[in-house]
Amino acid sequence: MTINEKQDELISDFSFMDEWMDKYEYIIQLGKDLPLIDPKYKTDDNLIKGCQSQVWLHTDLVDGKLIFTADSDAVITKGLVSLLVSVLSGHTPKEIAESEIYFIDEIGLRSHLSPTRSNGLLSMLKQMKIYGIAYQVKSQQ
Amino acid sequence: MAHVPDIAAPALDIDKIRKDFPLLQEKVYGKPLVYLDNSATTQKPQVVLDTLERYYKQYNSNVHRGVHHLSQVASEEYEAARHIIAAFINAREHEEVIFTKGTTDSINLIANVFGRGVIKAGDEVIVSAMEHHSNIVPWQIMCEDRGAVLKVIPMDENGELIMSEYAALLSDKTKIVSVAYVSNSLGTVNPVREIIALAHARNIPVMLDAAQAIQHMPLDVQELDVDFVAFSGHKIYGPTGIGILYGKREWLDKLPPYQGGGDMIKTVTFAKTTYNVLPFKYEAGTPDISGAIALGAAVKYVQEIGLENIHAYEEQLVNYAVAQLSKVEGLRFIGNPKHRSGAVSFLVDTIHPYDLGELLDKQGVAIRTGHHCAEPVMDFFCIPGTVRASFAMYTNKEDIDRLVVAINKAAAMLR
Repeated sequence: MTINEKQDELISDFSFMDEWMDKYEYIIQLGKDLPLIDPKYKTDDNLIKGCQSQVWLHTDLVDGKLIFTADSDAVITKGLVSLLVSVLSGHTPKEIAESEIYFIDEIGLRSHLSPTRSNGLLSMLKQMKIYGIAYQVKSQQ
Repeated sequence: MAHVPDIAAPALDIDKIRKDFPLLQEKVYGKPLVYLDNSATTQKPQVVLDTLERYYKQYNSNVHRGVHHLSQVASEEYEAARHIIAAFINAREHEEVIFTKGTTDSINLIANVFGRGVIKAGDEVIVSAMEHHSNIVPWQIMCEDRGAVLKVIPMDENGELIMSEYAALLSDKTKIVSVAYVSNSLGTVNPVREIIALAHARNIPVMLDAAQAIQHMPLDVQELDVDFVAFSGHKIYGPTGIGILYGKREWLDKLPPYQGGGDMIKTVTFAKTTYNVLPFKYEAGTPDISGAIALGAAVKYVQEIGLENIHAYEEQLVNYAVAQLSKVEGLRFIGNPKHRSGAVSFLVDTIHPYDLGELLDKQGVAIRTGHHCAEPVMDFFCIPGTVRASFAMYTNKEDIDRLVVAINKAAAMLR
């Protein structure tokens, strides 16, 4: 699936849930599917700034595609991280760098999350894109 | 047989009080609001909102300046508010009551002028381990500037100050003690009478951060014999942006001025400026006139209900909250003080406070999560933060019950 196809699927999944508590239940569930970061990468360097709860993010380039692993000490945060990882992981650095992420707004996450949470989510997205750009530049050298 | 009133029953008509607060009638996410973030700020009764509106509609004008009618009305109302507040805290003179922006502003004021007027290199300032950042950082800035040392009264696992350690910290080097009356993060009521008595035995003045006390219990500055008191209007049902500094005249007269500007001067020439008398010496610039007058209205509203009554009712309510929360599986209180007021801090299992807070919010329950601007307290308990439920005179048992239901639901999802 392309990045956009994955986004559209998530938007569709969430559209079936009217109650925000149900949406949270789903987000928490998704957190359990998050590919966990190797504990050795749980370093301060890999901490995402701007999150009130702690989030660690790591990426490996495998067969030309970026594979993300992550973790958080908060369950809802972990679910939100899982959303981003499921959408962007397994794509080329170019695809990630050039991706336009619209599902956060479409699902209504930005307006419903507390500001610190939604800032954290955007910091996370920014970091993933920076990885995309960095690996893209590296491959061109 | 004559009716014997149940002495345990609240003297307050909570349903009637709740009707005075328009915001309490609102819904969030389609659910009736359960507002348990009163330590952060309280909601405002209609009389406060009306006072603000009346000021701007009928007599908005600058104070202490104009000869015209409106300015005179505004000045009279502004000074009347000062008298109301002076009587409320039983200040000897109303000139000892200074309008500030709030508790933070009041503490910064004293830290600044006390630093410039009194503190020398090597002197010591004492605060406690459970202070809000606003009763730590102003003193740190001042100590750094003056080469003084900040000393900290430690606390124990229950979140109570270790008084023997406090007594041992006091010395000839100590120049001022500044402590919270009630801890904002733990709800601990500190033994301020003992703190003041021990300091005064060495002629050391004491400042009280009463931000979390003023709305919950009677505070009499003469009875306490306290030297300085800071509190915020918005935590006692008044508007934001207005607060009070109380200071004994003997101190405020001899300490240097703080900010320079209009109203705080007697005469200005480029060679030399002479300063105005109290309280104007510490009220430079146009003050928050509407805020001060509306704070007066808020205090009057509280006085009509009676702080003694509020105190008795809230004590029962806090006990009820502690009893009900104790039944939640895996819940542990952060701080178990014998004497508690206004707030309960807790964690559930290993659930992150942000997760719990977010799911409580979505169920219409407003609480606060995080470090509550008291990071040293969180460090002491080795936790990232707590969930804090905090109460006001309009909080009822139903609010507590809905909190408990919401916690149980959220915890089931997060476990």
